[in-house]
Amino acid sequence: MAERKKLLEVEHLKQYFGTGKKHEVRAVDDVSFHIYEGETFGLVGESGCGKSTTGRSISRLYRPTGGSVRFDGEDIAHINDRRAMMKFRREVQMIFQDPYASLNPRMKVKDIIAEGIDVHGLAKNDKERDEAVYGLLELVGLHSSHATRYPHEFSGGQRQRIGIARALAVKPRFIVCDEPISALDVSIQAQVVNLLQDLQKSQSLTYLFIAHDLSMVKFISDRIGVMYFGKLVEMGSSDEIYRLGVHPYTESLLSAIPLPDPEYERSRKRIAYVPAPDDGKERSLREIAPGHMVYCAPDEAEGYARRREGKM
Amino acid sequence: MGNILEVRDLQISFDTYAGRVRAIRGVGFDLRQGETLAIVGESGSGKSVTSRAIMRLLANNANIDGGHIYFKGDDLLAKSERQMQGVRGKEISMIFQDPMTSLDPTMNIGNQVEESYRKHFRSGKGEASARALELLELVGIPDAKRRMKQYPHQFSGGQRQRIVIANALICDPDILIADEPTTALDVTIQAQILDLMKDIQKKVSTSIIFITHDLGVVANVADRVAVMYAGKIVEIGLTDEIFYDPRHPYTWGLLCSMPTLAASGDRLYSIPGSPPNMLTPPTGDAFHPRNPYALAIDAQEEPPVFRISDTHQVSSWLLDPRAGKVEPPGEIRRRQEWFAAHRAAG
Repeated sequence: MAERKKLLEVEHLKQYFGTGKKHEVRAVDDVSFHIYEGETFGLVGESGCGKSTTGRSISRLYRPTGGSVRFDGEDIAHINDRRAMMKFRREVQMIFQDPYASLNPRMKVKDIIAEGIDVHGLAKNDKERDEAVYGLLELVGLHSSHATRYPHEFSGGQRQRIGIARALAVKPRFIVCDEPISALDVSIQAQVVNLLQDLQKSQSLTYLFIAHDLSMVKFISDRIGVMYFGKLVEMGSSDEIYRLGVHPYTESLLSAIPLPDPEYERSRKRIAYVPAPDDGKERSLREIAPGHMVYCAPDEAEGYARRREGKM
Repeated sequence: MGNILEVRDLQISFDTYAGRVRAIRGVGFDLRQGETLAIVGESGSGKSVTSRAIMRLLANNANIDGGHIYFKGDDLLAKSERQMQGVRGKEISMIFQDPMTSLDPTMNIGNQVEESYRKHFRSGKGEASARALELLELVGIPDAKRRMKQYPHQFSGGQRQRIVIANALICDPDILIADEPTTALDVTIQAQILDLMKDIQKKVSTSIIFITHDLGVVANVADRVAVMYAGKIVEIGLTDEIFYDPRHPYTWGLLCSMPTLAASGDRLYSIPGSPPNMLTPPTGDAFHPRNPYALAIDAQEEPPVFRISDTHQVSSWLLDPRAGKVEPPGEIRRRQEWFAAHRAAG
């Protein structure tokens, strides 16, 4: 396999809130992973595990407390000057969970979509701006006549399409999708997932896909990271994680997913996750098979590797 | 097993500024003693309105245009508001999606759980407290005696939903209506709450109406399933019949648009278009504009109900003998074949 380019490299990322205060929260605590150009990296975990915070730190909505985030080779955790920041903002965009809250109700769709175009001065005149907006609307499966309407005139799925068009307006290379389908109906979820996949191919995009719906994450992601309490506990290709996930938290998470299959549901056994008591061992992500990392101490890696083999 | 609830030809509309919205257009089903009936459908299909009608909790702009809801033989729609107050919380109770908004943040948990018991049974504080403690232990709140003095914000989301369930069950109701009770929860917590509900149902034999849009959850909890679309039940049957031998093209679409963990193809099937606007519902079969299998008659006339078996009914013109043979999508055929083989093997 040819050496693939790492578009995003996150190393020892730490994001603390209220540092130095009594209630310091370590939302993301020493997380490292990388995302190859053109792939989709899924981040799963329960609410409060730090997956959204990770996404926000990467897109520099927060200033990381520690560690580095390199995008295309440049450390963006420490960007200070305005020009470099503007450049970064053009390359990295975000799609949010709630299509109702993420669109300004008092702006027309075309102004919502063109906001990035305006900020970055990407259109020379109104005509060019309008044409860009029409092109984007059609790209996401809407119609150019929708441009002069307001967000309340659209359904949830259509609004999410508007959010996607807005993200694409500045021709980004990387998009952080923070639970983009959780608020949508089942029949609409599939439409939006298909759209995201089509766009990934046609616009050569790289995604960080954050979600708690594990079956959708499996479907859309090439590789997956499982987070628990601010730490990445397991990481690997999505097939590997779903079939051969070995960290007890991953196993518990997988065993909790209900599938639309009554026969399977009757026999499904749930595995409860009981965090092991702190034994003071130094733990970090260690490779137990090519590309498959587990958060463990050096002497535990062997055990996980055997466990993985037992599942094959 | 007898029917505890019989809904017949229910019709509900809402008066809005834009006009009259016909939210429920002739819904009928039975709920049997001790069973769990799941109602599935997308937002706006009328599943929540149906459940609120049973509780008589509809908004002021709602009109009940017709139909009956028989509970143990009495029509709930004919009861006075005062009589309904004796039913709500005592004989039929409800749990909602968001456990935070259904608990009063200014009242401690003990008082909240006791409240309906004291109202309905006019009991003293001591008896009600003892009963509340019993329920909180039943739903698995650790150290319940001490925690009864605490307030909702001191509990996690999963625990709050347990408290809401205790609240709903304290009067030993005949029917529990659960409206998306696990949608706001994480999968691991969801699994715990579903197990809890099934456990409790075994112990107290309540009938449950479970409203959700998550087919995985349905497969887990339901004995029977009703699929709603545009204010109607388009297919109803035993859980196995709906998941392994579905006949309505909308049910096909729903099942095909879920990714399965086993196989991941290139593309997900997606139902084209979006749910209908109920101000101006499509003529004929309301699903026809989104239905790749639509026949000419679908645009003109509403389909009658076809009986597949004693338990399985479908409202679609595809079942009419004149429609000819229709080949369902691959995923559905795979389900049917698997089920036939499974059945043959016993």
